Amino acid sequence: MRTNKITPWLYILPAVSILFFFLVYPSLKTIYISFFNYSSEEFIGLENFLYCFTNQVMLNSFRNNALWVVVFVPLTVFIGLIVAVLIDRVKYESMVKSIIFMPMAISFVGAGVIWKFVYAYRPATTAQTGILNALLSTFKLKPLPWLIMRPWLNNLCLIIVGVWIWTGFCMVVLSASYKGIPREILEAARVDGANEFRIFWKIILPLMKPTIAVVSTTMIINVLKVFDIVYVMTNGNFNTEVIANRMYKEMFLFRNYGRASAIAVILLVLIIPMIVINIQRFREQEAIR
Amino acid sequence: MKGKSILKFSLLPLHLIIILIAFLWVLPSVGLFITSFRTSADVAASGWWTIFEHPFNFTVYTLANYREVITKIGIGRAFLNTLFITIPSTIIPILIASFAAYAFAWMEFPGRRFFFILLVALLIVPLQMTLIPILRIFNQLGLAGTLPGIWFAHAGYGLPLVIYLLYNFISGLPSELFDSSSIDGATPFQIFFKMVLPLSLPALASVTIFQFLWVWNDLLVALVYLGGTPDVAPLTVSISALVGSYGQDWELLTAAAFVSMFLPLVLFLGLQRYFVKGILAGSVKG
Repeated sequence: MRTNKITPWLYILPAVSILFFFLVYPSLKTIYISFFNYSSEEFIGLENFLYCFTNQVMLNSFRNNALWVVVFVPLTVFIGLIVAVLIDRVKYESMVKSIIFMPMAISFVGAGVIWKFVYAYRPATTAQTGILNALLSTFKLKPLPWLIMRPWLNNLCLIIVGVWIWTGFCMVVLSASYKGIPREILEAARVDGANEFRIFWKIILPLMKPTIAVVSTTMIINVLKVFDIVYVMTNGNFNTEVIANRMYKEMFLFRNYGRASAIAVILLVLIIPMIVINIQRFREQEAIR
Repeated sequence: MKGKSILKFSLLPLHLIIILIAFLWVLPSVGLFITSFRTSADVAASGWWTIFEHPFNFTVYTLANYREVITKIGIGRAFLNTLFITIPSTIIPILIASFAAYAFAWMEFPGRRFFFILLVALLIVPLQMTLIPILRIFNQLGLAGTLPGIWFAHAGYGLPLVIYLLYNFISGLPSELFDSSSIDGATPFQIFFKMVLPLSLPALASVTIFQFLWVWNDLLVALVYLGGTPDVAPLTVSISALVGSYGQDWELLTAAAFVSMFLPLVLFLGLQRYFVKGILAGSVKG
């Protein structure tokens, strides 16, 4: 479309200025103040970063985030994939999809309340009102205080909440990709006598690989930034701290802006590979266009 | 005939797996919903599933929890705050983004590619990177703890995705549209207003529901820029405070949580199609 030289700038100027003010400038500024002390008055070099990589609580939060990546990402993608492929064969597809997708619509805070109630714990002498402990007591097992069973069980309990929320996302994207596979290919394989598992491994999975990659990177980004679930359910107590929660605490509880900024920068560095992948993918897509 | 029955039999495990997954997924929410209508004595004495022992005994239900959280515990106020935060925080970025997406898609200008790649990068910059500098500026300008401050913060955080999704849609419109309109003497603004916007309604619906849900459900941004003062705090902030102070009063927590989930669920069930389209446009292509 032909325009004069000024018109395009009028259209993008509001957007570009807001982006600069709220994203570009503050990000650069955060990198800058991560080299300064708590009040940003004194230059202290890499001291904040040194703190992040030596302090035990920080190391715990890195470990927990790693656990989130290792458990959450495969679980969401795997369940999402299984449901996407299986559900195509039943008549009540859309209803089940809605059910699994629904947690995406509600807040992590709401989900936190829902699941805190699932994990609710009372001493063994009283009736259990949390469904998990009630289930244990029907099998004559002792109730467990799920959210304070450090460090593995409580972290896994939080991760399950995340899985409950995000699997729907994976399912929707993977299902669209699955439905894009030409049915003739699958039929031809069936006629040739291949069983369903073989078809899944040899045809469906390779064809869906690019989408699985996209979904996985999205999940990794989500998991690195996870904050709300932990904030609501344990507030990082009992060894459940994650990077984003540490950043929030350094910022608001301890008023140490230098350390908080350093944590944010580390988070960014962990996410940068995903940014690079995104830009590459965008370029490829532009090349096709 | 025989082949068909074998097929049906082999589908049984399939049905079982799917129904089991769906059951597991819906169960926690059912517990929340039922508990929010039970009396505090009942909630303390027995699990929510015990109501199925007498499924038609409707006398055990009460609206008292909702009355209490809405009027006494401030969830009613928090609901209104959330609305006052969410509506402008949805309209402002979409308005600004539709102009930008149109220019990126159909106008030539130096730096177009650079700005767009920057935008793609900004899609995933963690917003933690921006909190401290913006909070400081907000404090200086007196915008911390005010609605306009958070409107523009949400506009900033939402813009990359909204522009990106709208760009994907608008750049896919047929180019003849723009050529022939230009020949007919229509200005870029007339083309934008009379053709591009009406044709983009499905995409606009997608980004609206996206941004609306994102802002409605946001905790971190509100926590940082608004703080916990009751006259501005949204539902997410108020409820997470309740979890701390009313930790064992499940009938109140569940009622408050349901108040916060009600509108998103209605929107979701009504506009699921657009929500899914938005997700697909943002992730498969992106």
